[in-house]
Amino acid sequence: MMDGGMVGTAQALVRFVGVQKTYDGEHLVVKNLDLDIRKGEFVTLLGPSGSGKTTTLMMLAGFEVPTQGEIYLADRPIKNMPPHKRDIGMVFQNYALFPHLTIEENVAFPLTVRGTAKAEVQERVRNALRMIKLENLAHRRPGQLSGGQQQRVALARALVFNPQLVLMDEPLGALDKRLREHMQLEIKQLHEQMGITVVYVTHDQGEALTMSDRIAVFNDGIVQQIDKPDALYEQPVNSFVANFIGENNVLSGTVENIEQGFCRVALTSGGSVVAQAVNVEGPGAATALSVRPERIVIVPDDASTGGASTDLANRLPATVQDTIYLGDHALAVLKVAGNGEFMVKLPPGAHAGLGHGQAVTIAFRPEDCRALDPV
Amino acid sequence: MTAAFVAGADAPTEVPLKRRLKRAERARQFKALALVLPLLLFLLFTFLGPIAGMLWHSVEDWEVPKTLPHTVAALSDWNGKDLPDEKAFAALAGDLQAARAAGTVAIASKRLNYTINGFRTILASTARNLKTAPEPGTAKDTLIAINPAWGDRATWAAIKSASGPLTSFYLLGAVDLTRNVDGAIVAAPAEQAIYRDVFARTFTISFGVTALCLILGFPVAYLLANLPAGRSNLLMIFVLLPFWTSLLVRTCAWIVLLQSEGVVNDSLRWLGVIDEPLRLIYNRFGVYVAMTHVLLPFMILPLYSTMKAISPAYMRAAASLGASPVTAFRRIYLPQTLPGVGAGSLLVFILAIGYYITPALVGGAADQMISYFIAFYTTETVNWGLASALGAVLLLATLLLAVVYGKLVHGQQVTGGMKN
Repeated sequence: MMDGGMVGTAQALVRFVGVQKTYDGEHLVVKNLDLDIRKGEFVTLLGPSGSGKTTTLMMLAGFEVPTQGEIYLADRPIKNMPPHKRDIGMVFQNYALFPHLTIEENVAFPLTVRGTAKAEVQERVRNALRMIKLENLAHRRPGQLSGGQQQRVALARALVFNPQLVLMDEPLGALDKRLREHMQLEIKQLHEQMGITVVYVTHDQGEALTMSDRIAVFNDGIVQQIDKPDALYEQPVNSFVANFIGENNVLSGTVENIEQGFCRVALTSGGSVVAQAVNVEGPGAATALSVRPERIVIVPDDASTGGASTDLANRLPATVQDTIYLGDHALAVLKVAGNGEFMVKLPPGAHAGLGHGQAVTIAFRPEDCRALDPV
Repeated sequence: MTAAFVAGADAPTEVPLKRRLKRAERARQFKALALVLPLLLFLLFTFLGPIAGMLWHSVEDWEVPKTLPHTVAALSDWNGKDLPDEKAFAALAGDLQAARAAGTVAIASKRLNYTINGFRTILASTARNLKTAPEPGTAKDTLIAINPAWGDRATWAAIKSASGPLTSFYLLGAVDLTRNVDGAIVAAPAEQAIYRDVFARTFTISFGVTALCLILGFPVAYLLANLPAGRSNLLMIFVLLPFWTSLLVRTCAWIVLLQSEGVVNDSLRWLGVIDEPLRLIYNRFGVYVAMTHVLLPFMILPLYSTMKAISPAYMRAAASLGASPVTAFRRIYLPQTLPGVGAGSLLVFILAIGYYITPALVGGAADQMISYFIAFYTTETVNWGLASALGAVLLLATLLLAVVYGKLVHGQQVTGGMKN
């Protein structure tokens, strides 16, 4: 399942090769990581807390040393290179703007420590501040700026010295929702304009889907899947990814047979469905089926002979528990095959016709149902 | 309905808003005052009162006006250029007889002796030999016959300068100045001019102790702020343990350690490093060692609290932006510790310039600080005027430093430098 992470050595800017990390000598926080990041790519490390994503970022930045394995940056091994020599810009969760320096001095810092000529420093700092639209606040101190402004300064500071790689450690975590969404677009635009390579860490899947070229989903020290956002959502390779990214409906059962990539699964609570065999061991093995809410329709009870929906091969009886109105769409919460939290996305206006306890039939295509590893 | 409501709401605005606020706040202010009142009274009687008294002692001059009231009155219109006229001599003779009868000659002679060494003898002999009041018109000759010093303009100038009610004599004395016969301010004679040296010594020792505390305390505070909690707590106990021990005990412990037959010298001799015991105590070295040890926690604690507030993310950010560890420390870490360095240094310095017991116990004669002389004049010679004047100069220096400290701390808050 790591195949998606491997790209040709020639175009990879960052390569993790067999990297392991343990803090206490007993538990591996990062287990055997192989990951390639291409030049100009926006890669997000996504995962719950404790999944090893921040440790991976810190190893790349040079603040943690891999216990085993090697990291290559532009084909040079950097395992034993101190952070200040790596030429990597970093944006921290709490911005880490130097409180005793002005905004201007903060942005100039990476240039002055490199001994850049004064005139050039001024020029580049002015450009950087213009880029983040904070020229008029150049002489303020960080404490006098709002969170969003501080975040933009931190961004400018990490970009002003044209590093070959920019790391961002949950940079938007401290901002409110509206500002966060605005900053996501702003960072995305900067990435596209400047062609920089970004490694971004977050636990917010919406943020990851919005911004990334590719997302590496971490859990338990292992990259579960690395892929484009749509592929992650549409074709999760295991139950963790299916559940972590977006809403997911789970039905558990046992594989009866596998044929041409599809399998028939007998549900634990009775009945059977046909699903894509993605991550199943073979006949007789337990499996968890994954169906997205928007891939399911509620059909009239007598529609079993309906000609238009013949590809909706899977049909299951369901009981309406509740409907949730969310403005742009509505969800029906159903009880299906023993799962009382089965979500179905409803077409506009459809929620009005459903009442608690009502018996309905749901239908979905075998192509939209993925048989994954049991949870 | 609406109109009536609005009119009703408008009516109370006749009383200005500000006054209404004040009225509403008054009860709370009284309550707050009542809470601090006991401490306020305590401080008034035990701290502010004595300080005011001490400042008053340093400028008041009551002995001569009280003992020789007529002389003082007669000298009030003396031009100070020639000897005073017969009237003054007669007044002095009268005053001296009265003082002798009342047994108060010693009071005036003690005060006048500060100005002219030997005045005590002049006054005592004159009072003793003045059997009867001199005939009118012969007072001058009689007094000069008893003691020729009365024919000297300086003797009379001394009485006039001490005739109160206020004097600058002690304050000038505290900075090695005095007035000459003509009342001009001049340098004190060399054998009396010791206080500038003592102040210089006090500030030198205090500065040295502050520097030592900073050099020794900075790394310890850094460790305290950056070690894992368990080890940092243990280290903190080692820092605080001496802090909780009596000052006297700690000073005496240094005597045990550093004296000629002490632990340090014995160990060095046993190891064969030295043959003769080193002189480690009753000199400047001992003062520095003991005072630095006593004052170290006052440096470490403010430094620690400042460093604890500096997020490790700053050093990481500096490194990621290309700063080597040394550059990051110099440009990012050190500037952020400056409020702590300032607070700790001023605290240690202010405490050090008032130190008395430690230098008195472990220092030599040439290592005594200003407090020793204040204590000496207060308890030994009972020259409260000079003791108070020395204290006033010390107080002034301390206040100046406190103002500097306040400015420093306040300045930090304005810039918001401590935030984030």
